[in-house]
Amino acid sequence: MTTSQCFHCGNEILKKEEILFDAKNFCCNGCKTVYEIFSQNDLSCYYDFQAAPGATPQDIKGKYDFLANESIVDKLLEFKENTTHIVSLYIPHIHCSSCIWILENLQKLQQGINTSQVNFPEKKVRITFHPEKTSLQEIVALLCSIGYEPYISLENFDEGKKKVDRTLIYKIGVAFFCFGNIMLLSFPEYFEVNEFWIDQYRGFFRWLIFALSLPTFIYSASGYYVAAWKSIKQGMLNIEIPIALGIVVMFIRSTVDIVFNYGQGFFDSMCGLIFFMLLGKLFQQKTYDFLSFERDYKSYFPIAITKILPDGKEVSVQVYDIEKGDRLLIRNQELLPVDGILISESAAIDYSFVTGEAIPIEKKSGDKIFAGGKQLGKVIEMEVLFSVSQSYLTQLWSNDVFQKRVDQKHKSITDKISRYFTPALLLLAFASFAYWVFIDVTTAFNVFTAILIVACPCALALTAPFTLGNVLRIMGNRKLYLKNAIVVEQLAKVNTIVFDKTGTITTHKKSAIVQDGVFEESELALLKNALRGSNHPLSRRLYDYLPEVPKATIFHFEEITGKGIQAVINGKTIKIGSAAFVGDTDENLLKQTNVYVSIDGIYIGKFIFDNQYRDGLEELFSKLSQKYELKVLSGDNEGEKESLEQLLPENTELVFNQKPEQKLAFIENLQKQGKNVLMVGDGLNDAGALAQSNVGISISENVNVFSPACDGILDATQFKKIDFFLGYSKNAMRTIYMSFGLSLLYNVVGLSFAVTGNLLPIVAAIIMPLSTITIVSFVTIMSNYFARK
Amino acid sequence: MLTQIRGMSVIYLLISISIIVAIAFLYAFLRAVKTGQYDDDYTPSVRMLFDDELIKSEPKTKTKEEQKPI
Repeated sequence: MTTSQCFHCGNEILKKEEILFDAKNFCCNGCKTVYEIFSQNDLSCYYDFQAAPGATPQDIKGKYDFLANESIVDKLLEFKENTTHIVSLYIPHIHCSSCIWILENLQKLQQGINTSQVNFPEKKVRITFHPEKTSLQEIVALLCSIGYEPYISLENFDEGKKKVDRTLIYKIGVAFFCFGNIMLLSFPEYFEVNEFWIDQYRGFFRWLIFALSLPTFIYSASGYYVAAWKSIKQGMLNIEIPIALGIVVMFIRSTVDIVFNYGQGFFDSMCGLIFFMLLGKLFQQKTYDFLSFERDYKSYFPIAITKILPDGKEVSVQVYDIEKGDRLLIRNQELLPVDGILISESAAIDYSFVTGEAIPIEKKSGDKIFAGGKQLGKVIEMEVLFSVSQSYLTQLWSNDVFQKRVDQKHKSITDKISRYFTPALLLLAFASFAYWVFIDVTTAFNVFTAILIVACPCALALTAPFTLGNVLRIMGNRKLYLKNAIVVEQLAKVNTIVFDKTGTITTHKKSAIVQDGVFEESELALLKNALRGSNHPLSRRLYDYLPEVPKATIFHFEEITGKGIQAVINGKTIKIGSAAFVGDTDENLLKQTNVYVSIDGIYIGKFIFDNQYRDGLEELFSKLSQKYELKVLSGDNEGEKESLEQLLPENTELVFNQKPEQKLAFIENLQKQGKNVLMVGDGLNDAGALAQSNVGISISENVNVFSPACDGILDATQFKKIDFFLGYSKNAMRTIYMSFGLSLLYNVVGLSFAVTGNLLPIVAAIIMPLSTITIVSFVTIMSNYFARK
Repeated sequence: MLTQIRGMSVIYLLISISIIVAIAFLYAFLRAVKTGQYDDDYTPSVRMLFDDELIKSEPKTKTKEEQKPI
């Protein structure tokens, strides 16, 4: 038992911080407190469903004070009446059955909560409470204290009741109802029992079937008519046209059939087809409700902010109510909602959200600070210059670049095929009609309609949704969340991959710094003072690592790019930098980043910066470099060039000092050369580049919060599997092509019967569902098979 | 002739009953969708298993509580 895991959150416990309580180990007081709360309230079987399901509660001091403001709370509530309030809160931590259990037993922890219900796929909890016995603020505080902090942002504001679109399910329900009943009523006809009593009721059965097919024909299939009409108006030939044509022709021909008593028509096939196609649509639509790709700045903005009144009182106000000249209080880790002037003496603002530069920028009283920055450290005060809508960040968001192109540049594979399929089909139909019309008019009409019916590309239309829907699901299980099915197709076409450096191939987490050599306190003080003036990322990290020391006057300071810093402080010359610069002979054989220090020419020691590259980076790049062109873009200076060159394959292009706009231009340039670019970046600060690229994937440590204008989100732990996902998307496309071949084969067989005028209704009725079922099972099996590899 | 009419009416009756029953089910389905029962198809399946757990484990946790002072 050298390392043990926290009973509550499952994190590894550092020996010196371990807390023993109730014969269980905890990593911190927070976790222990949550356990105490649960066990005091008889809720400790929280831990029975899943081992270590919890999260360490975060300190929320004052963060949710705005919930005391009634007008804000009103906007968040879903339902409000004297004795009942209902609120839906989004809780990113929801991830297992223990979570559901504890959140649905909230009423045991807080008086006044009537019921709470979890929606797991959306990671939401819906709480009904009595406003006189408790308040939203208390509930949120309770959730935070047990490690389930809700995520409340400006997006929730004005949300109220969201309208859920359930049309597709209605349509499927109706189609299935009609399909099933028509099948039942068609049985006598299927077996062509020529018994007297069945002949008696033939008319009744047929007209009943006709009546039953109407809801499907008119309501369930309506989406296809609309889509077909739209594409005709745009002059495009997509898959919807033959589908709609097939359905309409089938309906008309069947009606004619029963009116003139030719046969029972194809109502059963028609309804079945519509039902299966709608099912395919549903399958594709079911992605991940908890990820929203269409977020804008609102989801990052706080909903309310603390305003300081002229008399010094602090009140919470909605961000929309902030006016020019207001004084605001910004706490640690809070986002600046507006542009303003810093009033407090100093602030450290992290603009990584906007610029990608992870190092906080020091601001002095009177400096201008911009929206989107995050205050780190103590509480600051600021004066507002613009209202929210005029601020830098909102302008940035309304920039065209951030609007992921709405019109799809890329035609989906189905559309591409149907561009040839549709005209070919129409040509064939008319040609056979023209041929037969001279022989026999009735047969001519029969053949014409039979072709359109049999060729109705339902298998073709089903292939892509089922394959891609399944692929999306499988990728989602492996923590790559793609926005929609088209992304899979584009991913398969990628031939160039551009990686962002900071936050993508390196982690955000500050890596450990190891000190090598003996430093006296005065030497450390010297070192820290010398580093203060340097902006090099390594200097900043080392500066943060060293203990606080009194400031000393720097006599001379020089920063030599690519080498290090030389400074004279208190009459001593200190050199910090590379081995060669400092004059140490120790060779750097390991792939480490070292910073050497010498004072007055005597080598004192070095600081070893742990490799902060992601796991499996080297392997991933060497695998990818065989098939793709690789590029690495970085917003930082060339400080890491050497270590990266050592680590990455030779043909990887490294580009440094790239501003967000330059990254965008870089990708645009690659695309002009005809490359299909996959950009792997880290969210907002690469948003422009992510949007410009053919496929933009953002790497995220927390997939729930960070999902800006990109095509997909990859969980950071899965970074080394990028090559698998790329290969898998290619296999998915292969599956689609194969099943296209299969469905075309069906069509050829069916058509050859139809053209010669030999297609019996029973054969048509068998071929169509059979082709549907084989195609669906084929693509499902294939995509699962490829995923296993 | 009489038996034929009777037979006829039976078929009409049976078919209409079966259609009405089917329509009733369709209506029930549409209502269930409308009230949001199909919005979340995962949580209920987990929730179903909880009720038992709670009853079973309540005495267990209480004994734990009693043991604590010792």
